[in-house]
Amino acid sequence: MSSRLHGFPGGLILDGHKAISSGRPSMRAAIPERLFIPLQQHIGEPAEALVRPGQRVLKGEVIGAASGYFSVPVHASTSGTVVEVADHPVPHPSGLKCACVVIEADGEDTWFERSTIADPTRLDPAALRNLIRKAGVVGMGGAGFPTFVKLNPGPGRHVKTVILNGAECEPYITCDDRLMRERPGAIVAGAEIIRRATQAERCVIGVEENKPEAYQALRDAASDGVEVVQVPVRYPIGGEKELIQVLTGREVPSDGLPAEVGVLVQNVATAAAVYEAVEKGQPLISRYVTVTGSGVSEPRNLEARIGTPLRDLLEQCGMREGEVTSLIMGGPMMGFSLRDADVPLVKTSNCVLAETGPDSNAGLPVLPCIRCGSCAQVCPVKLLPQQLYWYARAKDFDKVQDHHLFDCIECGCCAYVCPSNIPLVQYYRFAKTEIWGQEREREKADLARRRHEARLARLEREKREREARHRAKRAVLSGKDQKMEGDAAKQAAIRAALERAKAKRSSSGDRQEGAARQRTD
Amino acid sequence: MQQRLLIATSPYRHREASVRALMLNVLYALLPGIGLYVWFFGWGVVVNAVLATLVAVSVEAAMLFARRRPLRLFLTDGSAVVTAVLLALALPPLAPWWVTVTGTAFAIAVAKHLYGGLGFNPFNPAMVGYVVLLISFPREMTMWPAAGVISGEYAGFLDSVRIIFMGSSAAGMLDAITGATPLDLMKTQLGLNQTVTEILASPVFGDFGGKGWEWLGNGFFLGGIWLLYKRVITWHIPVAVLTSLFLMALISSALDPGSHPSPLFHLFSGGAMLGAFFIATDPVSAATTPKGRLVYGAGIGILTYIIREWGGYPDGIAFAVLLMNMATPTIDYYTQPRTLGHEKP
Ligand code: SF4
Ligand code: SF4
Repeated sequence: MSSRLHGFPGGLILDGHKAISSGRPSMRAAIPERLFIPLQQHIGEPAEALVRPGQRVLKGEVIGAASGYFSVPVHASTSGTVVEVADHPVPHPSGLKCACVVIEADGEDTWFERSTIADPTRLDPAALRNLIRKAGVVGMGGAGFPTFVKLNPGPGRHVKTVILNGAECEPYITCDDRLMRERPGAIVAGAEIIRRATQAERCVIGVEENKPEAYQALRDAASDGVEVVQVPVRYPIGGEKELIQVLTGREVPSDGLPAEVGVLVQNVATAAAVYEAVEKGQPLISRYVTVTGSGVSEPRNLEARIGTPLRDLLEQCGMREGEVTSLIMGGPMMGFSLRDADVPLVKTSNCVLAETGPDSNAGLPVLPCIRCGSCAQVCPVKLLPQQLYWYARAKDFDKVQDHHLFDCIECGCCAYVCPSNIPLVQYYRFAKTEIWGQEREREKADLARRRHEARLARLEREKREREARHRAKRAVLSGKDQKMEGDAAKQAAIRAALERAKAKRSSSGDRQEGAARQRTD
Repeated sequence: MQQRLLIATSPYRHREASVRALMLNVLYALLPGIGLYVWFFGWGVVVNAVLATLVAVSVEAAMLFARRRPLRLFLTDGSAVVTAVLLALALPPLAPWWVTVTGTAFAIAVAKHLYGGLGFNPFNPAMVGYVVLLISFPREMTMWPAAGVISGEYAGFLDSVRIIFMGSSAAGMLDAITGATPLDLMKTQLGLNQTVTEILASPVFGDFGGKGWEWLGNGFFLGGIWLLYKRVITWHIPVAVLTSLFLMALISSALDPGSHPSPLFHLFSGGAMLGAFFIATDPVSAATTPKGRLVYGAGIGILTYIIREWGGYPDGIAFAVLLMNMATPTIDYYTQPRTLGHEKP
């Protein structure tokens, strides 16, 4: 079974800079003195700490429990003593702090008991998902989406094809490359498990043509149900929607999931983690990470424990102390700047790029947009970056959404080619944040408006009740010469008014409750 | 890592591309056309181009200063020079100096800077300058030298300088300026009820355009191909302009060959090639979507033909470009490409 490849629009051929780190075999990073394990390393609700300062924990022990459906647990990545549970800086574009469990390692690296399953092939999809969830597996390619959620496409959707993303198209990053070369068996086995968990018919692993060793290793390891395919070297072919398009020729609907075209995409590293979780009972507590750039003398890949401070990793790769001028988490196209190296490695960290010398973009003069259209030619989503820029700059958020701002994957191709050196993606991020902010405001205003309406309704109701009571009283006082029928009619009218008011009260109560529910969703 | 780390946002890499490089490429691409221009019509065009460039850069500097814009940044982007040279190429090569100065100053000061400068001008500045001159100085703007191969007179560099700055009579080279261009001649003669074949017998005409003029067309065509190769422009606009002009001419000449010159005559006369590859492709004032560029280019081709055939002016490129400039925002809005994952817009 061989796949015919399809194209995707736009894209760039970039300098890979991959050889500088891909040549050396990966190395197991040393156990750091202290680990900072964030309770939130995934999209969704943060895990809840289960440990107290002073408590001893073993490697692989759960230290944070999943809270709610959209959450996964967090595990200790070595044995030691919990020092504190407190906010610490984590790798995040905004320099955010987040609750971390700080563990002082004892150096023994003693495992917690691991329960292995005799015959995992007999497990049904739900049981597989449960194991994967318990192991804290999330998408390791970047977003950190809980894998078990993704493996459950929901009723009425059937995954036909599982795609493993081994494209790794972003420059400098080689951790997937090394993983594919060194542990192809785990990836293929993980692919099989994912295929079983989704009951998909086929599974394709896509590897960029610039990684022939990885491709060969996977081919050698591949079982019958797993197909390994080389895809052209073109950034951003490793984007989820781009890879789907290249391998299946289908476009994922703008506001839909890949499952709508019968596809599920997982990163190769995630597949290996799934294998460890299901067949070995090992949670996700370490990952391959590329430490590269001119700021380290020995750029290479490390297999490092989650929670290891990046400084430790950089030092193990010969950081040129004092010369490093910038640290980028991720690659040069989609990564983000770190303020310092004192943030921990998390489940989604694929690369630390340490650079020396001046900012590569500084000194490039920024000119007005000349509407040359180069940006539109390279956009993989077929947006008009120049128009998005124009409207984002003018803060015309309606027009910017008319031009499909939210389809932008922030790949940076447009900014890369712009002859006017406009930091286009920065404008798109700004516009997205603004629009989100406005939506939140609107929701808040909506809620306030509903509260206000409910209050008005209540006042109105009370007024009417008061009037009804007055009328009733007057009726009683002047009732002597009134006929019984008239009295009864009045009574009935009053009852009806009360009834109406009651109905109104209960329905407005419902509405308020509904609004509150919406907000907590 | 004692010092503070640089904080920026991705992408952290940038292709070596700049507005200046684009503009320089446009100037390089004009060289073959300019070379042939000099060969056939003398050095006047070079004198004009230099003069226009000096004026353009000075006016640009003055406007930037007045608008409190960074001088160095914008003076080195090369856009003013391109406007100046394109305008010089559109002017009669021996036009008096004040014509060139007025047109260039108007193009830069009004058409470019009063609308907001680089990137914000809705109209092609060179064409605005040209049209203003055409309307204000119709006599000077239609005095063209015949190709040296016909008139036997060839304006060298110094002669050109003298004619441009002192007038042709003072320079004693009256013959160098003979008047109508081939397009012009075609039009007036057709108006006198001559047939196309009779008119083409005149020594002014070459194989399929005006003598010399058709060579200019070749030169600009060559430069245009180079621009395409260097990806300074995309194929959409030139192909659309030339195809629509060709088709219009083809239909008319098929219906009535006696009074409509052939499509090739249209492509290789006047400013068709220069216009299609260099003027209509000015990115700032042109449509920016691929489909929009086809519409925009086709509009220019069709309007050019209509103006050439039925309008009051011999060549219609400039008016056609300006008219289509007006339609650009609308064209762009309605020709958005289909974003991936969306239905047809
Ligand atoms: S590449 Fe830059 S200058 Fe060109 S159209 Fe896009 S945003 Fe404008
Ligand atoms: S960053 Fe957005 S607009 Fe720019 S090329 Fe990528 S997807 Fe297109």
